[in-house]
Amino acid sequence: MGSIVAFFAVIALVLTAFLGVNAGHMQYLFGVVIPYAAMVIFITGFVSRVLKWGSSPVPFCIPTTCGQQESLPWIKQNKIDNPSTTFGVIVRMALEVLLFRSLFRNLKTQMSEGQKLVYGEAKWLWLAGLAFHWSFLIILVRHLRFFIEKIPMPVRMVEGLDSFLQVGAPLLYISDAVILLAVTYLFLRRVFIPQVKYISLPADYFPLFLILGIAASGVLMRYFFKTNVTGVKELAMGLVSFSPDPKVLEGIGVIFYIHLFLISTLFAYFPFSKLMHMGGVFMSPTRNMVNDSRKKRHINPWNYPVHIHTYEEYENDFREKMKGAGIPVEKE
Amino acid sequence: MAKFTAKPDELAKIDFRPPKTGWMDTPVEIREHMFCHAAKPKELDAVGFPNAHEWRPNDEDWKLPENWERTILEGMRNLLGKYRSFRLFMDICVRCGACADKCHFYIGTGDPKNMPVLRAELMRSVYRGNFTLAGKILRKIAGARELTLNVLKEWWYYFYQCTECRRCSVFCPYGIDQAEITMMGRELTNLLGLNIGWIAGPVAACYMKGNHLGLEPHTITSSMEFFVDDIETITGIRMNPTFNRKGAEILFVTPSGDLFANPGTYTAMGYLMLFHELGLDYTWSTYASEGGNFGFFTTNEMAKRLNSKIYAEAKRLGVKWILGGECGHMWRVLHQYMDTWNGPADFLEEPVSTITGTKFENAKSAKMVHIAELTADLIKHGKLKLDPSRNDHLKVTFHDSCNTSRGMGLLEEPRYIIRNVCNHFYEMPEDTIREKTFCCGSGTGLNASENMELRLRGGFPRANAVKHVHEHYGVNMLANVCAIDRATLSTSMEYWVPGVGVTGVHELVGSALVMKGEKERTQDLRLEPLPGKEGNE
Repeated sequence: MGSIVAFFAVIALVLTAFLGVNAGHMQYLFGVVIPYAAMVIFITGFVSRVLKWGSSPVPFCIPTTCGQQESLPWIKQNKIDNPSTTFGVIVRMALEVLLFRSLFRNLKTQMSEGQKLVYGEAKWLWLAGLAFHWSFLIILVRHLRFFIEKIPMPVRMVEGLDSFLQVGAPLLYISDAVILLAVTYLFLRRVFIPQVKYISLPADYFPLFLILGIAASGVLMRYFFKTNVTGVKELAMGLVSFSPDPKVLEGIGVIFYIHLFLISTLFAYFPFSKLMHMGGVFMSPTRNMVNDSRKKRHINPWNYPVHIHTYEEYENDFREKMKGAGIPVEKE
Repeated sequence: MAKFTAKPDELAKIDFRPPKTGWMDTPVEIREHMFCHAAKPKELDAVGFPNAHEWRPNDEDWKLPENWERTILEGMRNLLGKYRSFRLFMDICVRCGACADKCHFYIGTGDPKNMPVLRAELMRSVYRGNFTLAGKILRKIAGARELTLNVLKEWWYYFYQCTECRRCSVFCPYGIDQAEITMMGRELTNLLGLNIGWIAGPVAACYMKGNHLGLEPHTITSSMEFFVDDIETITGIRMNPTFNRKGAEILFVTPSGDLFANPGTYTAMGYLMLFHELGLDYTWSTYASEGGNFGFFTTNEMAKRLNSKIYAEAKRLGVKWILGGECGHMWRVLHQYMDTWNGPADFLEEPVSTITGTKFENAKSAKMVHIAELTADLIKHGKLKLDPSRNDHLKVTFHDSCNTSRGMGLLEEPRYIIRNVCNHFYEMPEDTIREKTFCCGSGTGLNASENMELRLRGGFPRANAVKHVHEHYGVNMLANVCAIDRATLSTSMEYWVPGVGVTGVHELVGSALVMKGEKERTQDLRLEPLPGKEGNE
């Protein structure tokens, strides 16, 4: 159900761009106004969401410890999964963000014959997640060639590596194939694993279809319907220098506008969605804190005095019984 | 209520197929044997919790105060402002499902709302509907819903079906910790007087009398008298523990469960024997006679109020540092919360073992040391004379407590001790120990009797791993460092893996400890005949 809503939402977006440009001739709207608006929403939305998270303090030191603590000198500490220094946390976070270390731990719990639980390897989600995010990043970096007059060396290197198979004309980018496969896998697992299907919301399918749409339109543009690449670069350069030239808009095919509109939607949608995990992962207190709460006092900014049952009150309640049991008291 | 009678074979037939209807359209069914009785008003009143009233979980009418929705939503707003964890975890879940089959309650029940992701969505849906723009506009399409009585009941049912064990958070790519969300859920239910008796009773007792069991000072000393008598019977040595003694070097705090019920009491005897043998200058306290903290399962404020006694008593008695006994959630609280709440403990000194000279650098601010840290250090320095063959009739495995493993990282200390006091030690499968350990099934104050089905289902994954080593290696003793484990795993083992006993690590230490001037031992700490040292395999 959720997948159908999301699917048609993306189809509607594609049609909007198609009709808007082909029938409505609103190239300026789709090529200039909407991309700018989307960027403004993305940046302000992203920043305000992060500030909102930041405005709530971290009152307690609550890392999830996944290995041996720092204790006696001869006991080998797991300095990454149970960090007691900032350096350890940096390594832990780097592994988390770059390699999805926690997801790498994933297991599949199954009941086998004789009511015995078995725990099997389950690396597909990790692999597909990693493949998806890295190919997305590579594609993003490759796109820098449209926004910088003289294409910088690192971008050229990424392009070179990404097309090292040397097949097709234009050369096939591996990341294009990988992202399509990975997103398809991520979609299929939501449909075919009953538990995952059960927890999935429209908000889970929508970004998948949107990204699939973006990747597919990009692939079509590069390998099948040739677009006016020079015009696209001129438009992109105009956008980043805040002086877009309306004249170039006419010479660009509609497939580009569909691609750009889906991207704009993704950016505008980003701050209001689960995609904010991109910023959130860095702020997760169970991962980014040092496990040193007995060594160094963690301060809670809203710590306040509380009412307690004092020793004096306790002794008043039990003085005779304490004396009878030979327990020393403050007041005889 | 009918008695719970299901056999293990029936209970282990678990259906993992989700229902036909979507979770938002599947109303909660509050099932017998799966929930705890409501708290009694007088228990809530004793500590000043709001809206104490008579109600029953399976009644239609929960007799909620007027405007209860507003109370909850304002409570949520307040908590969102106080805890970054809460705000973040409401926003960033991608519902990948990696946490789903990691929860012992999901594995044991197959109920999809016990998947951590869905348990959290129960609250996220209300968050979206009331605190996010997308949720306010797009409603159900954005995964938002109204806060209704049925939703509240669902919260209550499932937030008291989570033991805050944090296993899900180990596997979450963003470290989303269901324990944090459950803690918020329980804060909110407490605003409406919707606590459970098994938590509220111990909280009230602990507040007024110093410990969860409500043991009064003279009862504590007389319990201890029994232990001292038993130890004398076993070893011929008479010891003389002190209470509330000013000027002692160390204050010792342990869960009151160790003073009250088997097999925890044998662990307490182990402590007594160890301290006596070391000639440790320590005292017990009847005021701070609880290491555990059931307040932690209600509200943050209540937890702080109960915890405050430990530092207050250490200060009054003028001790140098504090030593803590074996307990799970007690150590989550002591390790991650105590110093923040009630510190700085600048009236204490940085803990040093006077026997080995070891400085416990890792505890230099909170000034509280785990007994396993102390004992491991003693053994390493050869300060204890041990005869592990006295435990030769035991084939031991070790259960990591949720909190000491995932909220602290105390993994090797107890293992080092066990290897030195036992000759037969076998690990359970790797995916069920250390940071991947399973809950006993009855933590966070869910160790009542009326919710026995829930407890046994939740305890199933742990028991299943014990069964594996029981069948493969003949393991007959499950060691642990937690007072709740000692009580609840006994029940779980009896049901799922008969023939496996439960012991604290320091009971094993007490058994193996060769004390100066002791007589030839013929009994173990349980006063059962000690099998001969050879030929009993």
